Amino acid sequence: MAHIQVPTGVPGIRSLVMFRPETGEHLYNLAQALLRGVSPLTEAERELIAAYVSGRNECMFCMSSHAAASRCLYGEERNVVDEVLNDADRANITPKLKSLLHIAGRVQILGKEVTQNDIDDARSEGATDEEIHDAVLIAATFSMFNRYVDGLASFTPNDASAYEAMGERMAYNGYVSPQKQL
Amino acid sequence: MPHILVDKDLPGIRALLAFSPRTAEPMGVLAEALLRTSNGLAPAERELIATYVSHLNQCFYCDVSHGEIARCYLKGDGELVDEVRKGPDAAAIPEKLKTLLNIAGKVQKGGKYVTAEDVSAAKEAGATDADIHDTVLIAAAFCMFNRYVDGLAANTPADLASYEKRAAQVAEHGYGNHIYTTPQPV
Repeated sequence: MAHIQVPTGVPGIRSLVMFRPETGEHLYNLAQALLRGVSPLTEAERELIAAYVSGRNECMFCMSSHAAASRCLYGEERNVVDEVLNDADRANITPKLKSLLHIAGRVQILGKEVTQNDIDDARSEGATDEEIHDAVLIAATFSMFNRYVDGLASFTPNDASAYEAMGERMAYNGYVSPQKQL
Repeated sequence: MPHILVDKDLPGIRALLAFSPRTAEPMGVLAEALLRTSNGLAPAERELIATYVSHLNQCFYCDVSHGEIARCYLKGDGELVDEVRKGPDAAAIPEKLKTLLNIAGKVQKGGKYVTAEDVSAAKEAGATDADIHDTVLIAAAFCMFNRYVDGLAANTPADLASYEKRAAQVAEHGYGNHIYTTPQPV
């Protein structure tokens, strides 16, 4: 049960945003700008970084929902999502994306863990400033979302099909705060 | 030196916001909504939570910046800010704020560290659900801001007096795009 009185039966961050729409709207807008706005990284790649960081933070709700969104966006190449979640080093993805996931993993631990070597490696694989920026900010942002969702013990469905539907909604409709949908 | 090419005349997160205006906008309004409202916790209490979490995350830029903003709201009481940094238990603050800072410290480690006992202690000390919500979200948000600043090795001014001037600017005009689009306070 959640630590505070949020609407019952509503999963994860959605219930928290309904409790406090004043901040919730901006959280959704940040997710939309970061994961759907203009970026050299594809939406599928950005959702994959989000799922990867959430997995490392052991946030089941965010990991499952963003993995589902990423699978949806990857389409026929959807297997890479589970490969990355199992072992990013051995996943069938480009060396550049591997190097960005590595940076995201460092950020998940703490900002200062990112070394010049990590940045040099990413650059040698062709990563641009914009890509490095987005990888760091996605990892940082999910270090927030994961703590928000688990710090208030929000409802985490166990049913895989619930996440599949959520992932499809996130992939096709983007991040629209519950208030705006009413 | 920052890991990416940003405006070298802008300090800390301000240079990162200028690098990425599309994400700067929602981050600025989030900070404003979360830290500047008096609906429930006072702005001084909100900034103390932000300072404490930034201190635990060893993010010098955010730690000093938000400590100075807290000091503005506390009429210059920097000692209280330092006491909170050292550990809320021994600080001269009300029991409610102590229990909320305890929750913020747990969130800093990871969301799952917050226990039902931590939450009950806060409620017994008079915290409302909204206070607990805002505490968790402030702590979580600074786990983002701190990682953004240090993960990209943003410029960290050594000149401590400059933090005071930026803090006065935020205390007076709030957060938002103006902190990087208008001339830096001197």
